[in-house]
Amino acid sequence: MNQIITKEIQLSMYESMLRQRLLDEKVVELYKKGLIQGIAHPGLGQEAVAAGVIANLSQEDLIVSNHRGHGHSLAKGVSERAMFSELFGKETGMCRGLGGSMHSSEMECGVVFSTAIVGGGIPLAVGVALALKMDKKPNCVVCFFGDGACNTGAFHEALNMAAVWKLPVVFVCENNQYAVSTPITKSTAGHIYLRGEGYGIPGQLVNGMEVLDVYEAASTTITRAKRGEGPTLMECETYRYTGHGPYDIGLDYRTQEEIDLWKARDPITSFEQKLISQNLATALELQEIRERVREKVEEAVQFAQNSPYPPKGQLSQYVWA
Amino acid sequence: MRTMSYVESIREALAEEMRRDSKVFVIGEDVGQYGGTFKATKGLIQEFGPERVIDSPLSENAIIGAATGAAIMGFRPVAEIMYMDFLNECGDQLVNHLTKLHFMTGGKLKVPTVIRTQYSLGRNTGAQHSQFFPAFFMNTPGIMIATPSTPSDAKGLLKTAIRGSNPVLFVESASLYASKGDVPEGEFLIPFGEADVKRQGKDVTVVAVSRMVKEAIATADILSSEGISIEVIDPRTLVPLDIESIVSSVKKTGRLVTAEDCIKTAGVGAEIIARVMEVAMGHIEDVRRVACPDVPAPFSPPLQDAYMPGKNAIVETVKEMMGRSLAS
Repeated sequence: MNQIITKEIQLSMYESMLRQRLLDEKVVELYKKGLIQGIAHPGLGQEAVAAGVIANLSQEDLIVSNHRGHGHSLAKGVSERAMFSELFGKETGMCRGLGGSMHSSEMECGVVFSTAIVGGGIPLAVGVALALKMDKKPNCVVCFFGDGACNTGAFHEALNMAAVWKLPVVFVCENNQYAVSTPITKSTAGHIYLRGEGYGIPGQLVNGMEVLDVYEAASTTITRAKRGEGPTLMECETYRYTGHGPYDIGLDYRTQEEIDLWKARDPITSFEQKLISQNLATALELQEIRERVREKVEEAVQFAQNSPYPPKGQLSQYVWA
Repeated sequence: MRTMSYVESIREALAEEMRRDSKVFVIGEDVGQYGGTFKATKGLIQEFGPERVIDSPLSENAIIGAATGAAIMGFRPVAEIMYMDFLNECGDQLVNHLTKLHFMTGGKLKVPTVIRTQYSLGRNTGAQHSQFFPAFFMNTPGIMIATPSTPSDAKGLLKTAIRGSNPVLFVESASLYASKGDVPEGEFLIPFGEADVKRQGKDVTVVAVSRMVKEAIATADILSSEGISIEVIDPRTLVPLDIESIVSSVKKTGRLVTAEDCIKTAGVGAEIIARVMEVAMGHIEDVRRVACPDVPAPFSPPLQDAYMPGKNAIVETVKEMMGRSLAS
């Protein structure tokens, strides 16, 4: 490691990962009980990517997220209350219940939008970056997407556009090895992180299970974007513990052995060991953080369940501005 | 009042709005140095520079995505998509994102984006460069649709579109670019949702869209010499649609013809007729649609002539209607 990452930042990344983990564990539980309707995509196992990247961002920096995006929004500052309320379709949700699990938006925290169309957020992020550049703002936008998105036309159109205009955007691919059930070995030629090279965009291959690795890599790419040197494509190798949705773990297309191998590299467990062995925290202190986060999740679920549904009159209220 | 062409009036509206508001910018293929394929943005780059008149890669989906993203951040982009047919290239950003972001975020995000495009039916451009399909977007809540038929409407509607808070699909007709008319100077805005009675009449209401407005007006002269008086109404915006003006005309005439360069099935006329029938059934003697057959646009010039609706189709339809209702 080349740089010293302060204790404060390390503990904040730990808390960020835990918030993502405990929220999505609760989402799976509520979904299985039938208390959350529709579609939800847990990011269990992928928490280090959002935590490590977003720890480098300021409040004014922005993110664009995707369908598996609860973690991105939490890490950028969205509250558990706003998230669960949206998941329950309540008026107190961050999109007044009109979005649901796949759609976040909280500009006060820099969360522009999370889209449910795979690859669809990438051109949007390019537009946000274009605006930042036209406004001569010192900020950047980070766009999160999965490995599946890299096989859409939108990915290529947007990367080329961002490169040719040298826009302040960082493309972060969370390569969790599967697009629904299709493994990247069957769907994706070459290496994702090298795909930017043809557009003159530097690529970085990152261990997405190690939050410190992600943090360090993102520190370079974000600085580059903010200096006006153009976009970077980060490929963070990671894994989702559930299947595509919360209802199963996807054993019809992958083996338990494979899942166990990735779980043995769990980003939270391994980081806890590091924090303790480097005397940055005691086991008790980490346990206290965990309890605090768990209480916040429970409180937010209560809040969401007790919140009202949107009034019927809201049905057509927001079609037009 | 000056006389100017349809394309000049569009250029004037763009320039005036860009001078008025520094957040307005133009983005699209060949819009800069080249001045746009149809020259609607000619001269803008000289006045406003390449930062506000942005030549984009040939990436329609990313053009609309970039415009939408910039609109979220407070800009007012005017994106040019060279041919309406190419809107199919940006279906995801346009249909799944731009039109829905305000709704999906509970009103948080505003995306004031204008998409200017044109359709070229009548210019022998074949099946992939002729399509006019606004009905598809009438079926997509969240985007307003303007279809100007005169130079003055083009200016007034475009300025309103740019100043509004919503996405607007602004569909021009390439066959009208050279047509001339009186255009007010300076501040001149036409509100959306106000149809214009282009010609008053008493026997038949003809609701015409875009290029067909000119054809319908020409038809009015032909028919008046035969003692038939038609009222020509141009809705000017299809969303919002001024159905009240159409209904009040139909209540007077009892007969309704729609005229459009769209495919007949599930087209603009189908929707207008359905909406009139819902509220004014008892006043209606007869309804007809003049439109393109359910066939892609052919290239071969004589076939294209047979394919396109025009004056003759409106005359025949109106006469048939009058004959039938006179006989009955």
